[in-house]
Amino acid sequence: MPAIPLDRAPKPSATDPLQIRNFSIIAHIDHGKSTLADRMLGITGVVEARNMRAQYLDRMDIERERGITIKSQAVRLPWQSEGSDYILNMIDTPGHVDFTYEVSRSLAACEGAVLLVDCAQGIEAQTLANLYLAMENNLTIIPVLNKIDLPAAQPEKFAEELARLIGCQPEDCLRVSGKTGAGVAELLDQIVRQVPPPQGDPKAPARALIFDSVYDLYRGVVTYVRVVDGNLKAHDQIQMLSTGIKHEALEVGVISPEPVSSGGLGVGEVGYLITGVKDVRQSRVGDTITNAQRPATTQLPGYKDPVPMVFSGLYPLDSSEYPALREALEKLQLNDAALVFEPETSAALGFGFRCGFLGLLHMEIVRERLEREAGLDLISTAPNVVYNLTLDDGTIVKVTNPSEFPMTKIDEVREPIVRATILAPSEFIGAIMELCQTRRGVLLGMDYLSEDRVEIRYTLPLGEIVFDFFDNLKSKTRGYASLDYEPIGEAPGELVKVDILLQGEAVDAFSAIVHRDKAYAYGVMMTGKLRELIPRQQFEVPIQAAVGSRIIARESIRAMRKDVLAKCYGGDISRKRKLLEKQKEGKKRMKMVGRVEVPQEAFIAALSTNEEVDKAKAKK
Amino acid sequence: MAKDHLKPLSFYIHIPYCIRRCGYCDFNTYTPSELKDGEASVAKVSQGYVDAAIIEINQAFDFLHGKEQVRPIETIFFGGGTPTLLPAPDLARILDELREKFGFAEDIEITTEANPDSVSAVDLKNLRVAGINRVSFGMQSAKTHVLATLDRTHNPARVSEVVNEAIEAGFEHVSLDLIYGVPGESIDDWKESVNAALALPIDHLSAYALIVEEGTKLGAQVRRGDVVMPPDDETADKYLLVDELATKAGMDWYEVSNWSLTGGEARHNIAYWHSNDWWGIGAGAHSHVQGVRWWNVKHPTTYISKLTSGESPMLENEVLTPEQLRFEEILLRIRLSSGLPLAFFTEAELGILNSYLAQGHLNEKAWQTGELKLTITGRLLADQIVRALNR
Repeated sequence: MPAIPLDRAPKPSATDPLQIRNFSIIAHIDHGKSTLADRMLGITGVVEARNMRAQYLDRMDIERERGITIKSQAVRLPWQSEGSDYILNMIDTPGHVDFTYEVSRSLAACEGAVLLVDCAQGIEAQTLANLYLAMENNLTIIPVLNKIDLPAAQPEKFAEELARLIGCQPEDCLRVSGKTGAGVAELLDQIVRQVPPPQGDPKAPARALIFDSVYDLYRGVVTYVRVVDGNLKAHDQIQMLSTGIKHEALEVGVISPEPVSSGGLGVGEVGYLITGVKDVRQSRVGDTITNAQRPATTQLPGYKDPVPMVFSGLYPLDSSEYPALREALEKLQLNDAALVFEPETSAALGFGFRCGFLGLLHMEIVRERLEREAGLDLISTAPNVVYNLTLDDGTIVKVTNPSEFPMTKIDEVREPIVRATILAPSEFIGAIMELCQTRRGVLLGMDYLSEDRVEIRYTLPLGEIVFDFFDNLKSKTRGYASLDYEPIGEAPGELVKVDILLQGEAVDAFSAIVHRDKAYAYGVMMTGKLRELIPRQQFEVPIQAAVGSRIIARESIRAMRKDVLAKCYGGDISRKRKLLEKQKEGKKRMKMVGRVEVPQEAFIAALSTNEEVDKAKAKK
Repeated sequence: MAKDHLKPLSFYIHIPYCIRRCGYCDFNTYTPSELKDGEASVAKVSQGYVDAAIIEINQAFDFLHGKEQVRPIETIFFGGGTPTLLPAPDLARILDELREKFGFAEDIEITTEANPDSVSAVDLKNLRVAGINRVSFGMQSAKTHVLATLDRTHNPARVSEVVNEAIEAGFEHVSLDLIYGVPGESIDDWKESVNAALALPIDHLSAYALIVEEGTKLGAQVRRGDVVMPPDDETADKYLLVDELATKAGMDWYEVSNWSLTGGEARHNIAYWHSNDWWGIGAGAHSHVQGVRWWNVKHPTTYISKLTSGESPMLENEVLTPEQLRFEEILLRIRLSSGLPLAFFTEAELGILNSYLAQGHLNEKAWQTGELKLTITGRLLADQIVRALNR
């Protein structure tokens, strides 16, 4: 079970498929996948110890900081087992709910999957979802308990759990420590032994599955592929089967773990391809690449266009940064085929963009990258989902922004529904069910994973979980619960738009689409919040919440009566003038809603969840 | 020398000493214990200060003389700190120097501030003899618990005595200062204070809403939440009350925080609000002469050493732009009952003012005769109106 000197390892494009093993690691965010991957890089000799850095494969700062992988990679690892040479292609998968489709494509590029579970914590909801995905793809599953070096490790308990989930024996679970390296060589041997070699027709027209696509500042789009049939060679004319677009393959190579040009890739091999295109949307995950001269006719199964599920308006705090925001979004889109945006204007917030995301994490990551990489200060409106409306006259309208919700008679509103899986210690069942109930959840079922851990399944309207469901779930379960969800279609709902009016004028940024039963609560909450946040004005300002023309809640900010400093003598005069001049500057950060001056901070605070506001306060 | 174009000239004399510092006060003042250790008297720590002030008066004379702008003084004001902590002969020396250099206008007004518990009948006689003809006492409140919150030490009963002593000593004008909106002060407390003040033979009343300043003991108490400021609306009600009671007593408001019998207006303060020329003598004192503002080094020790070594005590100055001068004129004159002519404003500004007129914050009759004058609700919003104009 030793490493193979790199110069004697089987060469790319000339490797017998029987010598190849393609596998992924399925794991939850902090269960040690990156550390295990690092260990594999070391043990197979592709990265020398002195060049090793933590989480080698996670490229972006955010990934390293949050400990999550957003973009997958594929690394070619040479390994000798029982006297024969093998090539192990480790295909990294993103570890979050929003990227299920990307995960499914990565898994489609493999024959096996390592199910990695922290044996101090047990399996988490997203891992379970990805495990089911792997099982649906008929992958060979190798159960592995990680972090056996931890004092809190309970390998027996979680071996039971894994065995029950995948139908093996508890003693079949391998035990490793990514940290110390214990068991890692044996794991590589087991991958060779258990994962079947790839099958494909070397003589058939080329077909390669795109499982990832990354924009590189210097090289343009780098496309990660798994060759199924035939082969890909540098300087071939290649073609995307979904769009018919043709490009020249400028470079073909493998990652080991730095990119190495190989001239070609054969059946079962995994590597990268560069064509010089600048936009990842021209090289879509799940698409099939073929040879333009001798094209295949059937696409590999499973291609889907990314569908944004969650929408939010993004506005620059400083309106002069609007062009910079556009530029930053365009740049981000080069690397993120799932991000969509279009300009929108808000009477309250000015010029901005309505952006569509795969889910909440995707939204958070995009926002964070915009702020970090482009140095922008942003206001984001409360996230909402897509509603399909049928009007009385039969017209069907799609609404991605509450302010577009029509005032005319609506026959039916349909909202997206998800199937949510929550894993948690059984002591929190009551709290979780209560939360789901208040969010219009319908219980589908519940199973015990082990004596004290339970899997709870609900259908929930996506609109009910986009705002602060996850925060609530975490706080009700002291952080122990994990959540996964997948869209399962749409259903009619009793939904209404609640408008918030300042002095009779609707403020678009505060409009929300909510269930009829919650309209009143939203109205009371928002009007109350605004009464606290908006300073007293020259005149009385009524704040109302309305559904259509019906007022459901009201507050009022009484007119300011006293705004004068009592003393204005000698030295007070320049002080006072400077104070008033400074307040003039402050006015630039005021937004005018009709005649009402609303401080920027009021918008931010009103649109944040209470937790965010508390967090911001704590920072100060 | 044709000096008709010059604005009237005033002097402010700052005496930066107090026996103790009050919790709300952020003025430039020092207690003996802050300046020297032990039990030194103010007279001892202030040695040299009057000499330095006299040097500055000479610098002022030389400066104005060089510009051919020397003219008789219209008003002088001793403020602090507690000016009456200095012996009357010291104040007299300052006045003598001013008279000798500049000359006094025939009807000169010379005011000093005084604390009810730091002057005696004899002190008042001496001050009057020294030439001071107006005295303003810091009464603040008639309620012991309000005085305690403010760290004021005098017995409320002393106020009535000291006012009568001032009248006996021959002061032509006697004023009282009150503070309202103090934590713990009820509307009735305030009514009692105002009535107590108005029952005395005074011709002038100042009533100031308490301002919580950063860096004061009170500021810290409020920030920590140990002390809660009364709501602004209640403070506004107290303003309405003092205006009502003062008017009933025959006084008219002539500035947001000031009421007087006819002829009892503080001419020195009106000089500030009309942007006249006024020179501030003393540590930390501010001056304004023909569109230039400057202020002196703050600490008395630095002030003394600057002047004894022949330097100017000025710390910083600013030359006001025409826009700033105009803005100051608005923010100062809007506070006065005499107001401003509407011709002073641009069309856009008149538009803004119109909305205040519509809400009853500007005097309708005055507006019709081309003048901007605040109504009582407008007086309470004077700063807001100025801000609205400063877009």
